[in-house]
Amino acid sequence: MAVHKRSYRGYSGQLTPLWSRCLIITRYAFKNVFQWKLLISFFVACFIFPLSCAVFIYVNHNMRLLSMFGISSLLNVDPGFFFHFLRVQGTLGFILTALVGPGLVSPDLANNALPLYFCRPLSRASYVAGKMLVLVSLLSLITWVPGLLLFLLQSILAGGSWIQANLWLAPNIFLGSGIEILVFSMLALALSAWIKRKLAAGAALLAVFFFGAGLGQAANAVLATHEGGLLNLGELINTVQAHLFRQPWRSAISGGSAWTMLLAVSAFCLWLLARKVRAYEVVRG
Amino acid sequence: MAPVIELEGLGVRFWQRNILQDLRCTLSGRAIGLLGPNGAGKSTLINTLLGFYPVASGTARVYGYDIRTQTKQIRSLTGYMPEIDCFIAHMTAVSFIRMMGELSGLPSSAALERAHEVLFYVGLGEARYRKLGTYSLGMRQLAKLAQAIVHGPKLVILDEPTNGLDPPGRQRMIRLIHEMRDSGELQILLCSHLLRDVEETCDEVLILKAGRQVHYANLEEERRTNKRFLELETTGNDAGFAEAVENLGCACAVTSAKRMKVVLPESFVMRDLYRLAEERNIQIRRLNYRRDSLEDIFLKAMENANGRS
Repeated sequence: MAVHKRSYRGYSGQLTPLWSRCLIITRYAFKNVFQWKLLISFFVACFIFPLSCAVFIYVNHNMRLLSMFGISSLLNVDPGFFFHFLRVQGTLGFILTALVGPGLVSPDLANNALPLYFCRPLSRASYVAGKMLVLVSLLSLITWVPGLLLFLLQSILAGGSWIQANLWLAPNIFLGSGIEILVFSMLALALSAWIKRKLAAGAALLAVFFFGAGLGQAANAVLATHEGGLLNLGELINTVQAHLFRQPWRSAISGGSAWTMLLAVSAFCLWLLARKVRAYEVVRG
Repeated sequence: MAPVIELEGLGVRFWQRNILQDLRCTLSGRAIGLLGPNGAGKSTLINTLLGFYPVASGTARVYGYDIRTQTKQIRSLTGYMPEIDCFIAHMTAVSFIRMMGELSGLPSSAALERAHEVLFYVGLGEARYRKLGTYSLGMRQLAKLAQAIVHGPKLVILDEPTNGLDPPGRQRMIRLIHEMRDSGELQILLCSHLLRDVEETCDEVLILKAGRQVHYANLEEERRTNKRFLELETTGNDAGFAEAVENLGCACAVTSAKRMKVVLPESFVMRDLYRLAEERNIQIRRLNYRRDSLEDIFLKAMENANGRS
């Protein structure tokens, strides 16, 4: 119908499947995120290190190039290489989360837009999944996806014996990044849901990591214990990743405790989200 | 007409406080009004029908779907215009309405087409590429209406749609509600504390007070019956006049020596009343067709509720 025919008419066309509705949330959130040029620049910059690593791996297997420089090997591509790769990319991922995460839920809350979402056939879980998918896909693109591509490149160039010896690395690259992505995303979404101002939510995310680390150290010093490390989320992630990549890591926290604590933090964030992401809040009167 | 909303002993409770209690009613009008003073539970009822609040007792059905178990189906059939100011400030009206259309299930291209259409329909066509954050209050109300109808719902729930509107804005909103109702493509549930809004648009009304249902009225029927209701003021001394009027088939209530209320039968011809007055030498000084306005109905319902409580 032409727009100038201003009369009401119903809609009788096709409808999209219910499961696809959360992807609409993701699409519009992406559109909003990529309106910020600084963020696009930073996101592109996040690929510099993986590309450099790819070049290093290639050069490492190119005897002609190596002989030109008179060396036999540039670096040893082993579990430690992938562990450090994920640490660098994880740090960049954290910055990316701090830039993107706070703007995901807080504008909807600040503008009271949640009733408009939930009066439609869209569940709260779909809404959170849709928003989370933004962070998960961005962080995946800079962590485990390039990690696995580097693993693939190394496997192709190094041959069968290297693959046989290091095949266990592939799922651990995914798992190590996965837990990091889960914690970052859940924390960013929960803070974004509880703090309506975008800037304040970003600051709170940094505070959780840095104050948590400081508080953990203070607790260790005052209480003469090692359990304060459980408050240091960065340390916990590193411990889990070191555990997965079989790397020596000076931490008083065991791998199991670190896993448990990270999963507990994620569960707590989920509970915070469930409390806040709803059409209307019922205030105790 | 098939029922739109069936309330079956519906109760809602927050923290040991009863917000809605034992609501029982079947509503099936083209435009249904929800009336009540502030805090009566109107918005709570709407939010419960949409599945935002948990049901404490009883249940309700919207187009036959149970609000306890079939929320998704209900939400697919309804459009909702909330009372509070809600929008996404950084989005343009057209992309906001399009997103809402897509979330309701419209394919992307259809949602874009409908977004343009409904924005023109509500009168925001020229401002559709402006960011919602720059809209005036009246424009935001219209944008909220647009998002509620973009997907062509069967039932539109309007929560205080004329809140904060200036008189021309209110008139425009009422006209839109009239048009939508008369299009026959959807039914309307209008929640308001403004009697005039409900009276002008609705054919059925449910009145709530303190979470309880105090009155249900079919305004169409009330209007029809009230047309045959007269207030008479006479001079002349004839005690038998009322009796004579009753002999014409009317029901008569004498309120004072010179005033009476007359409920007229279907077949009544006014000329007979004048003839009777002439025969008995009675002067009719005032004759009013009086119909109970919604205000009368509302006040009576409030009085009755006070009497009960």
